[in-house]
Amino acid sequence: MSLKSSQMPNYQRRKVTDAIMRGLVLFATACAIVPLVLIVGYVVVVGGSALNWEFFTDVYQPPMTVTTMDMIGAAPTGDAPFDPNDPFANLDPEALIGAEAGDEKGANILEAPARGGVFHAIVGTLLVTSLAVLIAMPIGILAGVFLSEFPDNSVAIVVRFACDVLSGAPSIIVGVTAYILVVNATNPNTGQPYGFSGIAGAIALTFLMVPTITRTTEEVLKLVPEATREAALAMGATTWYSTFTVVIPTALSGIVTGVMLAFARGAGETAPLILTVLGSNVLVTGLLQPIAALPLVTYRYTESPFPSENTLAWGSAFVLMMLVLLVNILVRIATRNRLRTH
Amino acid sequence: MTITSLSTGATVEIRNLKPYYGKRLAVRSVNMTIAPNKITAIIGPSGCGKSTVLRCINRMHETILGARVEGQVLLNGENIYASDVDPMLVRRKIGMVFQQPIALRTRSIFENVAIGLRLAGINNKRVLEERVEASLRAAVLWDEVKDKLNQAGTALSGGQQQRLSIARTIAVEPEVILFDEPCSALDPISMLKIEELLLDLRKQYTIVIVTHNMQQAARISDNTAVFMVDTDDGAPTGVLVEYNPTAKIFAQPDDPRTEDYISGQVG
Repeated sequence: MSLKSSQMPNYQRRKVTDAIMRGLVLFATACAIVPLVLIVGYVVVVGGSALNWEFFTDVYQPPMTVTTMDMIGAAPTGDAPFDPNDPFANLDPEALIGAEAGDEKGANILEAPARGGVFHAIVGTLLVTSLAVLIAMPIGILAGVFLSEFPDNSVAIVVRFACDVLSGAPSIIVGVTAYILVVNATNPNTGQPYGFSGIAGAIALTFLMVPTITRTTEEVLKLVPEATREAALAMGATTWYSTFTVVIPTALSGIVTGVMLAFARGAGETAPLILTVLGSNVLVTGLLQPIAALPLVTYRYTESPFPSENTLAWGSAFVLMMLVLLVNILVRIATRNRLRTH
Repeated sequence: MTITSLSTGATVEIRNLKPYYGKRLAVRSVNMTIAPNKITAIIGPSGCGKSTVLRCINRMHETILGARVEGQVLLNGENIYASDVDPMLVRRKIGMVFQQPIALRTRSIFENVAIGLRLAGINNKRVLEERVEASLRAAVLWDEVKDKLNQAGTALSGGQQQRLSIARTIAVEPEVILFDEPCSALDPISMLKIEELLLDLRKQYTIVIVTHNMQQAARISDNTAVFMVDTDDGAPTGVLVEYNPTAKIFAQPDDPRTEDYISGQVG
């Protein structure tokens, strides 16, 4: 047996095959990462440049404001009398830029500077998504515990299948479901439909979050060694005690990951929110009314003809990304293991 | 220590015990009387059902899906398989230490021991501190961990974690402690420490130990039960071939199969 590579049969072929396969794997990895980098990079660059203090503290401001003065007539069309039936007759669109006194008039409306912010949408997203997490977390975690600790019964098999189907369901269908069940349902007190509301949105998001939380919880609980459960049982613990004081704490970081995934998914969903919370341009904190949300701002103002509103859309996309990241970091800090291991 | 004076070993009688996995009989009818304050070793080749029999003694066998037991196990004359007996209470009287040390990462060393006491409804801080210290001393771990009680259980070495598991078992004051191959995941030095500890614990507890290591059985046990695999009727079934004082087992066993096993010709 010689150590000289040249004397080994197939050596060259095996070496080339190894290089090719390695190249293919690297190429595929690069292909997978490129879109991610492009999306995140573009949002950070374009959205990041839209940010200023006002963006976080102010609510939506239209790119132009029509005042009574504009309508009644210091307009170049002449001193025509104000007609209540056609209030915009005297309006000169060219003169509408700038809401604040002292703003330059007469500039091109499509060059209006970005104004206002998305404070209302940050509040709305936090309210609706948090409420959805609050509803979905106990349901999802307890269902996950059930699936992992009592895995082999007909109920568990059905629930597991339903979760897998639901987690793959298009979110617009979930939105339609919530629309019919909540928004369109008749309020027995008034005889009218309940209408669009933050709560309806939270319920729609709950539908999307529960399967994620359930399945993640189940998977991480299954990773807890059987020996740990046995040790708890051998001390005379009930299944309940063993699960809640031994198994769940051991798997806590995994469960938190599941909840965070669900939060991120819920915060970014747009389709169900269009059909349930509708959106709003003012600050609303009541969950019984239509309410703003960051993805709705992005959706609505990406389509806007005004560049200033497009900027708002980019900025809100960026804020949404940062919000999910921030919540993620905060929760991780809050639930980390504080015990020293060395 | 208050804790050690409270508990004494109990007698365990195994009568016509037949553990099943589903429909399959795992071990043929076992009859043996485990003497109090002695170390009883269970040895035998892989698959002979020695761990199964051990797990029947504190009703851990039935926690496996489809597993069940026929026959009786008497703890001080009381049948632990009687219909009105709660297995949870049996397991507090008959503790168990496993092959893999169980140290909880998310709990401090102190809490790793206190968890059993909390389970028993003891939450008074002073009582907890006293009994955790007593248990850690009894498990000969106190001097090594007294300055780092607030670190994670996994901060300890494998041998220390196994003694931590023993301390946790002792803390709830059982009468019998079952050891399921407690040293097979440990290095030889940790193993010797555990063996010394077992000899020490024998004064207060009845000890049953399953081991793969015949020298270990010879070194520390008073009585030894030898199980073998029997394939006479098709399926491999465990069978108790001999139960005698350890000195006799290793010097002049009654059963030729024991002799073959001890001399390394089987298993």
